[in-house]
Amino acid sequence: MGPRVKLFVPLIIFAVMALFLFRGLALDPRAMPSALIDHALPDFTLASLGQEQELSRQDVVGEVALFNVWATWCMSCRVEHPYLIKLAGDGVPIYGVNYKDEDGAALDWLATLGNPYRASIVDNEGTLGLDMGVYGAPETYLVDAQGIIRFRHVGVVDERVWNSTLEPLYIELGGKASTR
Amino acid sequence: MISLIRLAFLVLALTASMAGQAVIETYEFSSTALERRYHQLSTELRCPKCQNQNIADSNAPIAQDLRKLLFQLLESGATNDEILSHMVSRYGEFVRYRPRLTGATSLLWIAPVLLLLGAVTIVYISLRRRKGAAPETVELSAQEQKTLKDMLEKVERDR
Repeated sequence: MGPRVKLFVPLIIFAVMALFLFRGLALDPRAMPSALIDHALPDFTLASLGQEQELSRQDVVGEVALFNVWATWCMSCRVEHPYLIKLAGDGVPIYGVNYKDEDGAALDWLATLGNPYRASIVDNEGTLGLDMGVYGAPETYLVDAQGIIRFRHVGVVDERVWNSTLEPLYIELGGKASTR
Repeated sequence: MISLIRLAFLVLALTASMAGQAVIETYEFSSTALERRYHQLSTELRCPKCQNQNIADSNAPIAQDLRKLLFQLLESGATNDEILSHMVSRYGEFVRYRPRLTGATSLLWIAPVLLLLGAVTIVYISLRRRKGAAPETVELSAQEQKTLKDMLEKVERDR
């Protein structure tokens, strides 16, 4: 390597680093693919919020549906709640997973803010959450008619998220209602 | 006054230690071997919520749940491999601070060796080059010796 070329080594190193760092700016470090994509929704038998009977996997599987992990302690859940009610009104089946919450508070929440859920699975201990790979709320899973998890969205579901990612997948999987 | 300061320090130390204890719950292990494995595994598992902490350091609810799960799995007699694949099947390879050696992670594992080899090569080459470039001792010819001597003498005289 001639001394002339050597002079450019720092510049080249800088350029390569700048390229990687610039790329890094656009990446979301918290965006993790779920380990359960294309795996079956885990088995469970848990109480149904506000109801006598218990729910298990076969009760909630059978059509393309959203599984929304929510809790009354979760501020973002309150933010996305009105949009979930709109989706439910449009005919999208939504099941709730009431994650590490108290039944009384959860029932109050649904009574005051409205109930977008077909049913809410009571997951007080977070055991179903652990099996689904939930690490916080809100998270929303798209499950197909065979009960296979196809997509997970971490964070608030709003119109933008629904239109850009969830709805196309929902329709592709054969989801009934279109909301457009 | 001094006793007051001492008291303040005592209170501070006590509250600090209490805060420290509040972070980590304690589990009763049936054997010390299990407890050792618990400590080892909990520092090796990464918290999915607070991504730069292991589950032993983090007090996020999910880290608490994972510690509880780890405890239950250990007490049920699971091996380390079983526990890790249990965690990975739910939270992905991400939860392991010591990733498995696979195609995707092989670069991570061999990179230190490659970097070390590269560094050694660079040092070797540059040392050799320096040795080669070192000036050889050159004998002056008789004529040159004489010229040098004349010059030195001239300098001495002119001073």
